[in-house]
Amino acid sequence: MSGHLTLDGVAYPFQSGQTVLEVARENGIKIPALCYHRKTGPAGRCRVCIVEVEGQAGLPTSCNLEAKDGMVVYTNTEAVLEVRRSVVNLLLANGEHNCLSCEQNGRCELQDAAYDLGIEIPAFTIIGPEVEIDDSSEMIVNDRRKCIQCGICVAACNNVVVNEVLGMGQRGFDSRIVCDLDVPMAESTCVQCGECVQLCPVGAFIEKKAIGQGRSWELETVDTTCPYCGVGCQLTLHVDTNANRIVRVTGREVVPNDGMLCVKGRFGYEFPSSPNRLTQPLIRKNGELEPVSWEEALDFTAERIKKIVEEHGPDVFSAFGSGRTTNESNYAISKFTRAVIKTNNVDHCART
Amino acid sequence: MTNSIAELEDADLIFVIGSNMTEAHPVISYFVKRGAKKGATLIVNDPRRTDLCRWADHFVRINSGSDIAYINGLINEIFKNGWADEEFLREHTENPDDIRAWVADYPVERASEICGVPVERMKEIARLLGTAKSASVCYTLGITEHICGTDNVMTLANLQMVLGNLGKPSAGLNPLRGQNNVQGACDMGALPNVFHNYQAVTDPNVIAKMEHSWGVTGLSDRVGYKKPTMLRKARDGGTKILYCIGDNPVHTEPNMAHTIEEIEALEFLIVCDIFPTLTTQYADVVFPDYGWGEEEGTFSNTERRVQRVRAAVKAADGCRPSWWVLQELGMRLGYDLGFTSAEAVWEDMRRTATSYAGITWERIENIGLQWPCPTLEHPGTTFLHKDGNFTRGKGLFAKTDWIPPAEVPDEEYPLILSTGRRLWHYHSGTQTRNSVGLEALFPEELLEMNAADAEPLGIKSGDLVKASSRRGEITLRAWVNERATPGFCWTAFHFEEACGNVLTIDAYDPVTETAEYKVCAIRVEKVADAEELMKDLCRQARP
Repeated sequence: MSGHLTLDGVAYPFQSGQTVLEVARENGIKIPALCYHRKTGPAGRCRVCIVEVEGQAGLPTSCNLEAKDGMVVYTNTEAVLEVRRSVVNLLLANGEHNCLSCEQNGRCELQDAAYDLGIEIPAFTIIGPEVEIDDSSEMIVNDRRKCIQCGICVAACNNVVVNEVLGMGQRGFDSRIVCDLDVPMAESTCVQCGECVQLCPVGAFIEKKAIGQGRSWELETVDTTCPYCGVGCQLTLHVDTNANRIVRVTGREVVPNDGMLCVKGRFGYEFPSSPNRLTQPLIRKNGELEPVSWEEALDFTAERIKKIVEEHGPDVFSAFGSGRTTNESNYAISKFTRAVIKTNNVDHCART
Repeated sequence: MTNSIAELEDADLIFVIGSNMTEAHPVISYFVKRGAKKGATLIVNDPRRTDLCRWADHFVRINSGSDIAYINGLINEIFKNGWADEEFLREHTENPDDIRAWVADYPVERASEICGVPVERMKEIARLLGTAKSASVCYTLGITEHICGTDNVMTLANLQMVLGNLGKPSAGLNPLRGQNNVQGACDMGALPNVFHNYQAVTDPNVIAKMEHSWGVTGLSDRVGYKKPTMLRKARDGGTKILYCIGDNPVHTEPNMAHTIEEIEALEFLIVCDIFPTLTTQYADVVFPDYGWGEEEGTFSNTERRVQRVRAAVKAADGCRPSWWVLQELGMRLGYDLGFTSAEAVWEDMRRTATSYAGITWERIENIGLQWPCPTLEHPGTTFLHKDGNFTRGKGLFAKTDWIPPAEVPDEEYPLILSTGRRLWHYHSGTQTRNSVGLEALFPEELLEMNAADAEPLGIKSGDLVKASSRRGEITLRAWVNERATPGFCWTAFHFEEACGNVLTIDAYDPVTETAEYKVCAIRVEKVADAEELMKDLCRQARP
């Protein structure tokens, strides 16, 4: 059923199957929703996204409330805000939500909700059991103190990337995110794809290598394409420009990968700044490769190519492009081989 | 790919053959697994029990190199039971009677003997394929890296045409391209028979067009050499200069000892790369290239989508982009290539490429476009051969016959070795081994073997073993697991310390000159017991 619904006094059109939360977000109306992500769908778990609906008793959660024609919804009445404040207060009280050196500071949905609701100091103190941080794995830290048990990571691991590692273990105060049958992440079947990190609304799943490498607002972001396999995942690089280093990678939620990555794409980003890089032209002299100036390297190479091709013809020249370099690099070597040398001996690793 | 990646999720049946996608194309595997979870029938066909089998409805273990017999057997059974798409055959293919006659040579009983799949099992798979609304075939190098790789692909195309599974969403023939820009390297004309946009070098009209566009005369209309031929010709002086950009052939070509002889025979080797490699050791000149993260440009992914890559960090002062080096060399050799920036290179290409004419850097600023994209208004093409209309008109079936691999096991070398990629590493390891943590996750190469082969040799996981073929030997640790089926071993080529390509055979498909990386014969001997139980290293094995 499509039609119109009214949000805070304004009528908005909707498509069949849309929820009230989706219509609100589409139209720029802010409703906090900590357990909802487009990719994992509604969970109705955190109860922060409640709204008031005319003619309906209670305060339903908007993430799983289907829009209906003629529905009249209020997103920020005092009753709604009061309940939201209570829920966020309880979440803040449960666990250790210390923003000071949290990696998620500045991009945390719980922090944003507290800010929007004007919560300065949590209203309650709950002394819960001590919880362990799982930092056993190479790339991902699960800081369970910051977990709000929204279940997004579990849904992401099981339904989005279908790696089927994370689950919710135990009950009540003891409930927590576990890997496989409750083993440390490093000993689990986790393939370190990091979708849990990508979707975690708080600082419970973070990239180990990014810890202390810069606040989100200090880092420049650059969108690019992953340098590994042929899927062509879209990435955002988070760059410390002063140090001239990439310090974190996130997936862009666009085609073809919709934010999903693998361990290489998300965590294999340091090689550009490796000290092992080739950084100057080399020419073999007396059997050893020795650093030379670009002028010398180019003059020497051009001379040698010219001499050999003049003597033996263009077909003694062959060139390899590469399935790892850019289109521009491949077109460049193709044109060079054909237009300058006058041979078609250009190929690349597609066949090998 | 004839389809787009996301379409896989909505397929009715997904037929995966020769693809280890959870490791080699992890993000594609997410879509396939989601499809399986939503109810698609997932059939994994492989000599190896790959990790994807955990999500599969059927794992069909086929003998290495028996794909043609297996698929032809399935087609035979599909015809026999009236499951072929007769309308598609009539309307969209040129020679449906031929394929009917050809596969008559492959009754399931005979096919079964070759491929090792029980007759009843083959009939079941044929029924699933034949009665599915639509089926998407995904394949990777397990299909192409054989001496009959071309025919393997043709056979899969035959299957999909017989089933009418082309030209519609979530069906089709989907090769998963292995490298980030292997699609683009082909599209850009880094091939000996075509310019960019697949324009034949033997076509006089194309030559005239390119001479006009480039402002040159005397372009060669002879097809150039393919990569293995280029290298082979080094031996008798037919190739004297090799200009190698972003490639490490010593490490990645089959039969490493043989490759080294060829590389050493060159008169002048130029390597343009970002790291020292096994190949730079033989270079006469090394140009330090810009790397990913430092250069501007584009990659084209496996679904033909042209996407931007951007500079995020500054390259070292001494590095230069590969196109700049070629521009400088061109000037010294008397020709201005016109490469003033990476975008200028793209524009130079775009002028003479109908498939990319509509793709400017500006249009792909945010999201990439899929070629063919002939005009600036064109939205790009999600799937090819819409409504069964092929580029050449009607689909043409090709005759394919099974041949055994170039080297089969014997008494001296009793085991099959197949090679491929691991989740944690990429190619010759220059990128992944120079990043933090990936090497900790997978620190050394392993030889995967089945307990049925390991136990008689007294080998357990973690033991040091020597694997030898007629071409060389490597020493590495064994990993006894279920992924390796009896008689079949597997290793990768990422580590120069124990590289699978020391063992692989330099036997090639006659058409594509792709080497048979997927089958050679080896012998395995135990060298030493494990110092410690190798439990931790097995963490990526999925039960």
